[in-house]
Amino acid sequence: MQPLKRIRSRTVVLASSNVDTDQIIPARFLTTTTKEGLGKQLFADWRYLADGAPNPEFILNQAAARDCRVLVAGRNFGCGSSREHAPWALLDYGIRAVVSTEIADIFRTNSLKNGLLPIAVDEATAAWLLAHPGAEVEIDLATARLTLPSGASVAFPIEAFARHCLMNGVDEFGYLRGKLRDIERFEAVRSGGREDACTP
Amino acid sequence: MAARTLFEKVWAAHEVLPETPDTPAVLYVDLHLIHEVTSPQAFSALKSLGLPVRRPERTLATMDHSTPTRTEQVFGAVPITLDAAARQVLQLERNCAEFGVELFGMRDARRGIVHVIGPELGATLPGMTIVCGDSHTSTHGAFGALAFGIGSTEVGHVLATQCLLQRKPKTFAVNVEGELPAGVTAKDLILAIIGRVGVSGGTGHVIEYRGSSIRALSMEQRMTVCNMSIEAGARAGMIAPDDTTFAYLKGRPRAPRGAGWDAAVARWRGFTTDAGAVFDASVDIDAGRLEPMITYGTNPGMVVPISAPIPDGTGDAAHDKALGYMGFHGGDALLGKPVNVVFIGSCTNGRLEDLKAAAQILKGRKVAPGVHLLIVPGSQQVKREAEEAGLDEIFKAAGADWRESGCSMCLGMNGDTVAAGQYSVSTSNRNFEGRQGVGARTLLASPLTAAASAVRGRITDPRALL
Repeated sequence: MQPLKRIRSRTVVLASSNVDTDQIIPARFLTTTTKEGLGKQLFADWRYLADGAPNPEFILNQAAARDCRVLVAGRNFGCGSSREHAPWALLDYGIRAVVSTEIADIFRTNSLKNGLLPIAVDEATAAWLLAHPGAEVEIDLATARLTLPSGASVAFPIEAFARHCLMNGVDEFGYLRGKLRDIERFEAVRSGGREDACTP
Repeated sequence: MAARTLFEKVWAAHEVLPETPDTPAVLYVDLHLIHEVTSPQAFSALKSLGLPVRRPERTLATMDHSTPTRTEQVFGAVPITLDAAARQVLQLERNCAEFGVELFGMRDARRGIVHVIGPELGATLPGMTIVCGDSHTSTHGAFGALAFGIGSTEVGHVLATQCLLQRKPKTFAVNVEGELPAGVTAKDLILAIIGRVGVSGGTGHVIEYRGSSIRALSMEQRMTVCNMSIEAGARAGMIAPDDTTFAYLKGRPRAPRGAGWDAAVARWRGFTTDAGAVFDASVDIDAGRLEPMITYGTNPGMVVPISAPIPDGTGDAAHDKALGYMGFHGGDALLGKPVNVVFIGSCTNGRLEDLKAAAQILKGRKVAPGVHLLIVPGSQQVKREAEEAGLDEIFKAAGADWRESGCSMCLGMNGDTVAAGQYSVSTSNRNFEGRQGVGARTLLASPLTAAASAVRGRITDPRALL
């Protein structure tokens, strides 16, 4: 995972609310057994016409969207399926941060595990960003702030641990494996059989 | 000790390490279910690090999402149509063999949708933590387990450590009182709940479904309710175990037996919310006033009573976009709109009671000309039980297409799809754009409503045919 400290980019805006992971990457592309190359299928049903040609009306097919690394979307982005293919597809396409008023739980977790930054902002900031596609924004992970072109900035929530992992480009797996002794101890104090696994 | 919710008790019993301001909790996983779609990348991660599956005995694999439902493809010599799906199935077989994970393969009598087979085997038990790389893992919460969907990276974490790093979610009580009227099912109840809470109202929360209406539900109905918790944005949905739960589990192949059973039941009775425990959020639902529910838009929160008109969405861009996709107009009646495809199945409504409900409508009737009624049992066991009860004969006599088990047309990964522009009344869980096929228009409803709509070829209130 690449370290992620600061992103400076123009935004690409997808104003729809409740963009679900079936839109981010449709199920028929999930028969892959790897993570690579999914950017081609990002938003496939919106991005391509029935004959496979790019849909000129879809924002990602317009010149203004080129090289944008920040996606601004309507509320509740990433709802639906747990497919990690959704953040893989966004990252492979080149998106490094997603900004919305609300970001669905599993998508958020999956994004943080892969170096895609989910940013939840207040309604006013989101409304401004949705109304100003192509705005140049700066996202600073150390201070957890998103700065608008006016210089005004807003804080966004991010767990300390996730921020540490993103900024250092380390995945959480190493930390979890470091707790193996605690896990073994936990298992040892339980009575062993699965049906005896836990008591209230 | 302070009064605690069911969720808090199950969480506390699995905390290897509690969360701190700087670090998430390490949460122990009792049962890890895996399938062919979200596991290959996780096994690859283990291989690249040279790690084994740490607790294969707590890991159970099946294939359901991309598997065919045609008998000749499952049991005959006809190959899987989609090459990529065939590769994915083969990859799961190889990974399970290499890592020593138990797999219910293509021709195994125990195979089925991962959320149907866990409960029917008695592998899903009260008070457990259960995870799977699938958002409908919330289904298992019907047993008082804390069960939730995870991504493939987390599947790798669980394979390698049997644990997950987690922030503790908040709690949300959905209190349901009153008796469901005739013809109104658990599916209608959960659709009404999602309509009320909204598709993101549960974000960051674990729902506990409570109240006399929930207690009155069978286990299969409770699974239907918990299954769609994720459609309200919730991390998980739970129902406290009771005598209905224990009666369902007793004698299941993997449930405890003998003295172990009695001890387990005594322990499970403790998995209830204490009097006075406080939830972070709550909502009250009057079940006695519900009607059969049906969706009209492109997310499960866009739902109305079946006799209601399609809502006007003046000025709401998302609403107008959804109606445009569906080819609907605000103010129009849903009743009587033509239907092309009806799908009865999925982890939401693919169990025996669901098929019996459909058969109740279909018995002695015919599917309307031009309508394709696809009925896909949730597991091979459900299929056998349905056939023992003669349901398959009723379905075939009605003109339905009766298949082998799998996720099938819920998400169309295996090639069972709805054509562009066609209307599908589906007992599944998602009506997202393109979910059942590119351009497909999905209306979510109960098995009763689906079967009634298949018979009439139009959206039909099932109470007219009961």
